[in-house]
Amino acid sequence: MTGRLRMRVVVRETGFYLGVLVVIAIALFPFYWILRTSLESDGQVAAGVGGKNGLLPSHLTLSSYVNDFTQQHFLTPLVNSIVVALATTFVTIIVATLAGYALARLNIRGAGAILGFVLLAGFFPVLAMIGPLFLLLKDLGMLNSIYPLIVIYLVYTLPISTWLLRNFFAQIPRELEEAALVDGATRLQALVKVVAPVAVPGVFTAAILSFILAWNDFAFAVSFLETPSHFTAPLSIVTFGQSQFQVFYNRIDAAVVIISVPIAALVLILQRRIVSGLTAGSFR
Amino acid sequence: MSGQAIAPAAASEAAPTGGGGGTARRARRSSRRAADRRLGYALVAPAVILLLAITGFPLVYNLWNSFHYVNLSYANVPQHFVGLSNYTRMFTSSSWLASLERTLAFTAVSAVFDTAVALGLALMLHRRFPGRGLLRAAILIPWAVPTVVSAMLWQTMFDPRAGFVDYFLGIVHPSWGSLTWAGASVLRSWVVVFIADAWKNVPFVAIILLAGLQVIPTEVYEAAKIDGATAWQSFRRMTLPLLKPAIMVALVFRTLQAFFVFDVIYIMTGGGPGTSTETLSFLNYQTFITNTDFGYGGAMSIVLIVMALVIAGVYVRVLRPEL
Amino acid sequence: MATVSLEGVSKTYPNGVRAVSGLDLEIADGEFMVLVGPSGCGKTTALRMVAGLEEISEGTIRVGDRVVNELSPRERDVAMVFQNYALYPHMTVAENIGFALRLAKMPKGEVRSKVEEAAAILGLTEHLDRKPSQLSGGQRQRVAMGRAIVREPAVFLMDEPLSNLDAKLRVQMRTEIARIQRRVNVATIYVTHDQTEAMTMGDRVAVLSAGTLQQCDVPQSLYDRPANLFVAAFIGSPAMNLYEGILSDGADSVRLGEQCLSLPPGLTSLEAWRGSPVVVGVRPENLHDAAGQGEPAPGRALEGDVELVEALGSERLVHFRLEASRLHGVGVAGGAGSERDAADLGRGELGAAAASVGVARVEPTSSIRGGERARFAVDVERLHLFDPSSGQAIGRH
Repeated sequence: MTGRLRMRVVVRETGFYLGVLVVIAIALFPFYWILRTSLESDGQVAAGVGGKNGLLPSHLTLSSYVNDFTQQHFLTPLVNSIVVALATTFVTIIVATLAGYALARLNIRGAGAILGFVLLAGFFPVLAMIGPLFLLLKDLGMLNSIYPLIVIYLVYTLPISTWLLRNFFAQIPRELEEAALVDGATRLQALVKVVAPVAVPGVFTAAILSFILAWNDFAFAVSFLETPSHFTAPLSIVTFGQSQFQVFYNRIDAAVVIISVPIAALVLILQRRIVSGLTAGSFR
Repeated sequence: MSGQAIAPAAASEAAPTGGGGGTARRARRSSRRAADRRLGYALVAPAVILLLAITGFPLVYNLWNSFHYVNLSYANVPQHFVGLSNYTRMFTSSSWLASLERTLAFTAVSAVFDTAVALGLALMLHRRFPGRGLLRAAILIPWAVPTVVSAMLWQTMFDPRAGFVDYFLGIVHPSWGSLTWAGASVLRSWVVVFIADAWKNVPFVAIILLAGLQVIPTEVYEAAKIDGATAWQSFRRMTLPLLKPAIMVALVFRTLQAFFVFDVIYIMTGGGPGTSTETLSFLNYQTFITNTDFGYGGAMSIVLIVMALVIAGVYVRVLRPEL
Repeated sequence: MATVSLEGVSKTYPNGVRAVSGLDLEIADGEFMVLVGPSGCGKTTALRMVAGLEEISEGTIRVGDRVVNELSPRERDVAMVFQNYALYPHMTVAENIGFALRLAKMPKGEVRSKVEEAAAILGLTEHLDRKPSQLSGGQRQRVAMGRAIVREPAVFLMDEPLSNLDAKLRVQMRTEIARIQRRVNVATIYVTHDQTEAMTMGDRVAVLSAGTLQQCDVPQSLYDRPANLFVAAFIGSPAMNLYEGILSDGADSVRLGEQCLSLPPGLTSLEAWRGSPVVVGVRPENLHDAAGQGEPAPGRALEGDVELVEALGSERLVHFRLEASRLHGVGVAGGAGSERDAADLGRGELGAAAASVGVARVEPTSSIRGGERARFAVDVERLHLFDPSSGQAIGRH
């Protein structure tokens, strides 16, 4: 009896960990594969031996990475992406922190409706925006510029950041602020000296999310940007290696590795905070 | 001992208010409350104005365009009012109807499949075990990287020469060792798109569901266990019903996201082979950017928005009790 | 330092709920005033109105000779200890305690020395550089106290500051807070639902129920002369036994069922209740095992059927049943001990409380056993009489 029970537990646990392994493999193996491909030479890819060589790469070379920066001028789109993503994040944090605080704390009438609108805006179909924005940017002579994207990307970042920060502020005990008021602080001092420092983790999570969301855009970039020197990194990658009749996956994948690494590093370091930020208060 | 140091200014400001100043007092009180509320509105204003501008302007402009002829490719034809003709053209267009059908099919399959897989992932993540951090990080990475990465990555995977899919299939059966995927056939193109899309989007759905799981008190499970429930029974009778709000949110969120699918299509298939993987968003892009037909495209956008509103309305209603 | 006075203070929420109505209180300089009452009685709301965290709907609050109704908390010169302490989690203990002083732009050296002084009083000196998360519950409580005393404010406000501590620590901190308050000698308003805290700590105790003040007096007077049924049932543990009885025509005795208790001379103005129902209150400690002390005089004893005896070591609690209900058909319910019953009494729901059960607190040597009939000697000098319709105490002053 106990033996059979133990058997069943062992089987169930083995199954569970096998499942976990499969999930991790599905999530991460493709990254290994592109890393491997990015370290192959043009010749190997042209010869089409890639996958046939087995799981381990045969000749490692950084030529694809060198090529990306020297021939494809990948540095410019990379810088463009960083500038836009940082700027969007900056604006998002200021605007969303203020709005999140007001929605959580300042008993404004219609707070529910405002929050509903903010969330709804997050579901506005992106492809339904590009026509009018294209015409507007054309009239302003700002097509092919990365700067309008800083504002446009707020449609990705503001709804979720505002929602997240509202939940975060709502979780900070009201007494903390009241204690500061009784201690002689003005409303603004209470916000700056007590609420804001306590809210730092939430603001940080919102900032990371905003950066990721802004970094990830493809639809607006492909619609408005015209010349390679103005591309963002994701848009730039799509145009890589498609010269002539040969797709050089090593070059594409080198760029894919480059734009994935910072994001993957962020996620690895901050995974706990990201998950708790995303889950906190959403069903309470 | 004295508290004079703390609030000397205030002391002199409002010392002798007797019983007589009732109206003045009320006025000051209401003005203080009003000031508080004004601060509140001032703080939410930037967010609301920005979002209103970014979404409201396209909405209105699209609406106007949809009743007009606006096509930059034929600059010699001036803009003019055309009534509902953009809409009638769309509703009778076989390519639009076909892409609507495709989009709906893709949406339904993705929403159901992804949510089901995400539920399994969420259950895994909810359990405490050595290596949970690794699992969490592993599934967050696909979600965090750009869609371009997931598209390019799976395009590499499915490439008969550079990829590993055929490599593994070749081990199973030699004749599967060099299949072509994206663009080779309608079915294979959809398989590639579907996998790349699911791989990227399942993790976030799993996190929504994890949030729902985390608010179910553990006592519920302990009570069920004491009442003699098996693992399956407690999942079926406790977890599923209690998780219903989260499942609804996850489903509708994923439904909308799949309904707007664009990036993977553009990058992996370009709508092909032929027009067989063109979705509503892809068609809208082509109409705006390739054909520069902003009237017809505007009508498409308006219909897309209306459909999104219907789905989002459900979403907000599901969320309402939490607001 | 200052006095605090509340005149006709009321709080009505926008949804129409009236949390506090017409509260009049005067707290002298240096006085420790306890607001006590069951949850939802409006005591915390009253405190928050003094703090300036809650708007005042009607009435006037003064600190010293200043009307503070329209002042923000920072202008009122009050310090407050919150129920969950509300320590700033990102600041060290020293920074928490000194926060108010820094806001008031006090020079750094002076802040440091004041903080150290407060920490010494509270025994926190070694913990000054820790964060609140590294402290035990009792230490957090001390930091909250320190944050209040370092201010040297005109008023201390404390909102159930001990309710998050375990029982042992609570008793210890009770005396400590009282000690510190004596030492700094600042007018203090202390909110609690615990009558033991109220009785042991307060110079005076204000009993609140359903938003209105029931009685405000020194602890011993609350116990000796409860002004109404609510206070009678709320103060004292186990709670006072309350029975419905009939006052004799001569107003010199009261009939409980078929038994009779004589009333001591000196009770005044009972004329209106001659031959009518009254509520009779007997504290458990005023009932004694008659077997121990020789036969009590007639009219000074009660008989009842013993249901249960709880031996507490130092004393025994005898739960018994009187036949009082038989004559009047008064419904039998649980004793008037719990908060809920007390609240019911405040609303004049007398029927349920005037039950026939009762508790006597007897010597540990008593041989009374469950299932027997027992005879209790009654300290009739300490009987309490109440008007059954208004609930007000009658027969005294």
